[in-house]
Amino acid sequence: MSLDNPNDPVVNEALIKEVLEAHPEKAAKKRARHLGMVKDGPDGNPTCGVKSNIKSVPGVMTQRGCAYAGAKGVVWGPIKDMVHISHGPVGCGHYSWSQRRNYFTGTVGIDSYVTMQITSDFKEKDIVFGGDKNLEKMIDELEEMFPLNKGYSILSECPIGLIGDDIEAVAKKKSKDTGKIVVPCRCEGFRGISQSLGHHIANDCIRDWVLDKNEQQWETGPYDVNLIADYNIGGDAWPSRKLLEEMGLRVIGQWTGDSTLAEIERAPKAKVNLIHCYRSMNYICRHMEEKHGIPWHEYNFFGPTQIAKSLRAIAALFDETIQENAEKVIAKYQPLADAVIARFKPRLDKKRVMLFVGGLRPRHTATAYEDLGMEVIGSGYEFAHNDDYQRTAHYLKEGTLIYDDASEYELEKFIEKLRPDLVGSGIKEKYGTQKMGVPFRQMHSWDYSGPYHGYDGFAVFARDMDLAINAPVWGKVKAPWKLAEAAE
Amino acid sequence: MPQSADKVKDHISLFQEPEYKELFENKKANYECRVSDEDVAKQIEYTKTWEYREKNFARKHAVINPPRACQPLGSVYAAAGFEGAMPYVHGSQGCAAYFRSHLSRHFKDAALCVSDSMTEDGAVFGGLNNLVDGLQNCYALYKPKMIVMSTTCMSEVIGDDLSAFIATAKEKEVIPADFPVPFAHTPSFVGSHLNGYDLMIKGVFSYFWDREAQLTPVKGETINIIPGFDGYAPANNREIERYLGMMGVDYTLICDVKDTFDSPTDGHYKMYYGGTKLDDVRASINAKATVSLQEFSTEKTLEYVATKGQETVALNSPMGLTGTDAFLMTVSKLSGKAIPEELEVERGRLVDAIADSAAWLHGKRVSVFGDPDFVYGLTGFLLELGMEPVHLLASNGNSDWEAKMKELLASSPFGGSGQVFINKDLWHMRSLLFTEPVDLLIGSSYGKYLEKDTGTPFIRLGFPIFDRHHHHRFPTFGYQGALRILVEILDRVFEVADNASDISFDLTR
Repeated sequence: MSLDNPNDPVVNEALIKEVLEAHPEKAAKKRARHLGMVKDGPDGNPTCGVKSNIKSVPGVMTQRGCAYAGAKGVVWGPIKDMVHISHGPVGCGHYSWSQRRNYFTGTVGIDSYVTMQITSDFKEKDIVFGGDKNLEKMIDELEEMFPLNKGYSILSECPIGLIGDDIEAVAKKKSKDTGKIVVPCRCEGFRGISQSLGHHIANDCIRDWVLDKNEQQWETGPYDVNLIADYNIGGDAWPSRKLLEEMGLRVIGQWTGDSTLAEIERAPKAKVNLIHCYRSMNYICRHMEEKHGIPWHEYNFFGPTQIAKSLRAIAALFDETIQENAEKVIAKYQPLADAVIARFKPRLDKKRVMLFVGGLRPRHTATAYEDLGMEVIGSGYEFAHNDDYQRTAHYLKEGTLIYDDASEYELEKFIEKLRPDLVGSGIKEKYGTQKMGVPFRQMHSWDYSGPYHGYDGFAVFARDMDLAINAPVWGKVKAPWKLAEAAE
Repeated sequence: MPQSADKVKDHISLFQEPEYKELFENKKANYECRVSDEDVAKQIEYTKTWEYREKNFARKHAVINPPRACQPLGSVYAAAGFEGAMPYVHGSQGCAAYFRSHLSRHFKDAALCVSDSMTEDGAVFGGLNNLVDGLQNCYALYKPKMIVMSTTCMSEVIGDDLSAFIATAKEKEVIPADFPVPFAHTPSFVGSHLNGYDLMIKGVFSYFWDREAQLTPVKGETINIIPGFDGYAPANNREIERYLGMMGVDYTLICDVKDTFDSPTDGHYKMYYGGTKLDDVRASINAKATVSLQEFSTEKTLEYVATKGQETVALNSPMGLTGTDAFLMTVSKLSGKAIPEELEVERGRLVDAIADSAAWLHGKRVSVFGDPDFVYGLTGFLLELGMEPVHLLASNGNSDWEAKMKELLASSPFGGSGQVFINKDLWHMRSLLFTEPVDLLIGSSYGKYLEKDTGTPFIRLGFPIFDRHHHHRFPTFGYQGALRILVEILDRVFEVADNASDISFDLTR
């Protein structure tokens, strides 16, 4: 198979066919709709040519998670001054305990609770008799333990919805008792088909249980914005915030990485919502647009090309002062970006990347790789919808392999056959890929590095891709005597 | 500008730069509406008091930082220890994603688990269709030699019957009729990962001994060794096998994950690598005896094995001198093979090392948390070192374990200050460490928060270890394992001594 042209549609077509043929007929038919390539659509615009946001096929080892992961792990978990209760058995809270790397400032267990696993720890008797009474008492105990908390979220695990508990009633009662916001979140893992519904449910909970509930004393200004859907993984939101502040904007709410409840409650006072991860928070932006008349604007702070483009587009929403500031900010940081590219591009030029991640990164990082001379040859999302793929095609070159909700099998085969220079995906995919001798970076957790957002983050991104690809260990994977044998 | 291309700063140093410190201050002062610094300081101090401790221990409903996972994690781990086996979770797919991530984060290796992705319609109509499709697809794509099925909360609450469902799948011929599908019902609202391990090992045994064919035991000379749920299994299993090899014992390791979770990087990913051979599982009914290295992750299994006429012995992690001695003597007695001279020499080297260093450890107060057998084995070793175990916490320990621990403490003059806790979590431990300070804390990675809050020097031992690499590649069992633990404890004690004072900054210790 010729790999001279990594985006050879014939090669990719054959690869998809080969992978599908390993499936039983029914599964192959279902999966066929999720595998495709970037090509020109009927309207002349590029399309990814895949269906998405459909149930995973049983037994194929989907890499997806569940609604609880989307609601607790992504949206609610990072809000630092609220106590987030994993309501149900011990496991869900345990596995998601401190794993998203949502950085924050504060004192754990005193005024911040992000890195704690707080659970109602359901036993069999709770399944039989219901958990509402214990939940009530639990909140009383948590008031004793953590009196400085600003509120509670109750994140339902699978059994809650199946046994018919009324957590909404408990939430209302405890909110009255404590005088605090108590949010019941019906994010049972069996709801929906991936993390995605959990985002949506969590957004709806913000709408129904937080916004417009308490009077907001806030003197609004002309440059008030919310930084929406940046979870501050490895500190991502901070370099982003810095850029917005430097161009003269006032970030009155940072959702939800390093955020306080006050920042959520105040959000409707902003002039515009700036949204990074469209998938996980477009719902609440649409709500605020409709109800509070706040426009929303998507941006991309990965890599200097997109950062500059985004800063200019954001500035265009404001007056000339902000627009001039944006140019100054770009001018200030461009030398840093140039120096980063000068240092790392020679080491990364023409390297081929395959991505398989979550909400926005399969498209948002593509141009950052290109800034470094790299090329994305395959990309896909765990839980994207059609509107995500619409937003993706123009980021990628024609012929790029697209795989939606890819299974372990599909990913393994694609990687094995295309042998990219780097795979960017998650912890579940990391070690199998590295066994093949293919360099890997975790693109959910930044492989415990970061930040990757903003100019400051781009330097870290570039360094990390270099240290992954150019690690000397990849030259030592085969024993030399085996290489000699192979050469004979 | 805080960042530069020459010296790239990541989160570790970037956020210490003045620009970022200013950003944090500004955000806090103008936007966050945080409680006052005074209130925070007051609350910090309050949480250190006996009064707070009493409120903390009065908790009956809120569980805060429990160091314990749920049943199916243990059954997925157990499944991974058999040749060509694919772990399969019947229920929500998110659970499978969590188990895989959790095991990978600890072992730094690939962890497999298929799920049949049940959703809301499954909750209404039951999960039979998912299970049938799931088995068919898993079998076709991954070509396993066996599929090992456990359940999640969801399928348990709605009451799906695995035995009947698997039979239906076979009737529909989506997998061959003789294809092994051992299973266990493992709801997360019962027990912990240890019970899930236990039920699944029992499930595998009972599949091959009773369901596949009704086998009649013919007593042979082999000894079955069940290592138990063990984060150090790759190294511990190799260590145990080294001893058995030296003794010339005919043995079968039941559930051997040493290769599964520690496979080589050589350019090819091998999905199935290692594990106990299925034929060996079949033959293991003929063993002379079964020895569990961890009593509290094999209670049901041993009960079942005993019904086949085998002698069963339950140990509590062969750690330290006494723990390892007990293992060797048990195996020697059961097999009739002598403990070789070389092992006695090895033991002697460990005694030598302990004698060299005991002065530094004598009377040091230690708190330990983790799985029951780990805490038991380690406590035994600490007592041998002349250290004083103080707070011994297994949130998944049962009353039998509690009683056994008390007995162990009572057997040593160093056990007098030992207190045993079951059904308690790490927020309780935090109060314990503040109100009754100790010299060392030992436990899994979650203990790092306790070290930060209480300032107690911390040693990572147990499961999971997420924030240090490759600890699982070195044993904790046996004399070599004891030596490793001894060195880790000593290193930490010396580090504390070095940092304590400029005056006593001795070159030689």
